[in-house]
Amino acid sequence: MTAPDRTPLLSLEDLHAAYGPVVALRGLDLVVHPGELVCLIGANGAGKTSTLRAVSGLLSPTRGRIVFDGRPIHGAEPADILVAGIAHCPEGRRVFPHLTVRENLEMGAYVRRDRRGVDADLERVSTHFPILAERRRQMAGTLSGGEQQMLAIARALMARPRLILFDEPSLGLSPALVETTFGIIADIRRRGTTVLMVEQNAYLALRMADRGYVMETGRVVLGGPAAELLGNDRVRRAYLGG
Amino acid sequence: MSGAGRAVLAGLALTLPFWLPNPYFLHVAIMAGIFGVLALSLNLLLGYTGQLSLGHAAFFGIGAYASALLTLRLEWSFWLALPAAVALAALAGWLIGRLALKLRGAYFVLVTISFAGVVALVSVNWMELTNGPLGLPGVPAPTLGPWSLRGKPAYYYLVLAAVLLASLVCRRLVHSRIGRAFVALRENEPLAESVGVDVTHYLVLAAVVSAAMAGLAGSLYAHYTRFVSPEVFLFSYTVTMVIMVVAGGKGTLAGPLVGALIFTVLPEALRAVVSWQWQMLAYGVLLILLVVFLPRGIVPAIAAWRVRQAP
Repeated sequence: MTAPDRTPLLSLEDLHAAYGPVVALRGLDLVVHPGELVCLIGANGAGKTSTLRAVSGLLSPTRGRIVFDGRPIHGAEPADILVAGIAHCPEGRRVFPHLTVRENLEMGAYVRRDRRGVDADLERVSTHFPILAERRRQMAGTLSGGEQQMLAIARALMARPRLILFDEPSLGLSPALVETTFGIIADIRRRGTTVLMVEQNAYLALRMADRGYVMETGRVVLGGPAAELLGNDRVRRAYLGG
Repeated sequence: MSGAGRAVLAGLALTLPFWLPNPYFLHVAIMAGIFGVLALSLNLLLGYTGQLSLGHAAFFGIGAYASALLTLRLEWSFWLALPAAVALAALAGWLIGRLALKLRGAYFVLVTISFAGVVALVSVNWMELTNGPLGLPGVPAPTLGPWSLRGKPAYYYLVLAAVLLASLVCRRLVHSRIGRAFVALRENEPLAESVGVDVTHYLVLAAVVSAAMAGLAGSLYAHYTRFVSPEVFLFSYTVTMVIMVVAGGKGTLAGPLVGALIFTVLPEALRAVVSWQWQMLAYGVLLILLVVFLPRGIVPAIAAWRVRQAP
């Protein structure tokens, strides 16, 4: 892997956002460099998910800037942000249960118009995740939790993103599947896609990340190389259980 | 359905007026066709985007009144009044779609019910325009060149054409990018948004197309019964549509048509067999049995059965 150059791929500057009267982000600053794997950790309600939602255009910032690849994207439509190269793997229900595996994958390329490229990527994803190729005609809702997670990741790849946002990829998975999932994410990054990840499992996340940010009440309170955060007393007490 | 099955069905539908023993049966067939268009229309919203409109009779009524008034007051030809009625209903659908933008589930249902209530009140109280509760008698029957489509056989073919058109529109929509977006919305809205589906755009589009189709049914109804009154806004029309869609199989292309056929013929058949006191009771019991034993509807149940039969 090449050393990340110093022009950030993504930068959030003094970002503010709210759901009606409920303020979610209050002056967030964060950068992600090309090729990096950055993780956001923090307690529930700290604004981690809101940060990802703001980046992918699902939550409009009230103040501040989001710059992706030199272009401001705050306030843009989710579809345009996806076309610009940011895919979002949201938390919770990860698939369209009554669409087939194949249709789910195609939904990932919904904004793309290059039919041939999409077909090629379907092939590529199928070789990468053989289990999905095997089950391509099956309803996504009938897959196991782990398979659904793989489908969700594969679907995000179908947009051919340069940056993927993962929201709680370990949520609801068995420890073995968490390992597998993180292995896949590490692999995606190795192949050159930048990753910004929100994760409850701070220990696992920091172990695989290059850098991390700690969020509290809508802003970043601490940031630095992941190894440093792992050794930080405050982080250990609050998020790593000792 | 197999090719042979399709051909037989098409043959039956095309020759119906020639072998049905009396005009009353043909009347039932025409009503089944009109309700078929209505059920297809509701299914687009309920079955594909997952939004329940309990004010669908409003679009039906708007189509009926628009078509009746344009032919009666302005002496427009039916062939101009029909598209105008469709367009007006579509406009109403757009309005409701925009209004209901931020609303889903129960709130969307409430908006649609209120909308139907308001339109019904207007039809009762705007005497100068609608003739109030007395309704509009003498809506002209359509003519085609020198021929009047007043007779039941001719009108049957007109309605059949409308059913085919509505089915075709649904089929094209559902099998396109748009239909995929509808289903994605129904299945998982936040996820649909995150893969770049413009939620607002597609919900409004579904409402517009659905309302337009209901308006088409309304116009056909007006020129068939040749009388329009505020009764076209009755809540029971909406309920009937919902029953047809749910019993037939929501989110399928054939389900609404099967539902419309069964639930137009059934009340008439029951009327012939049992006295009216028992008619509604029998209808209710049948409905409960259907929901208990075929919760996903008739068409999906048949599809599942065929899959099990296949080796």
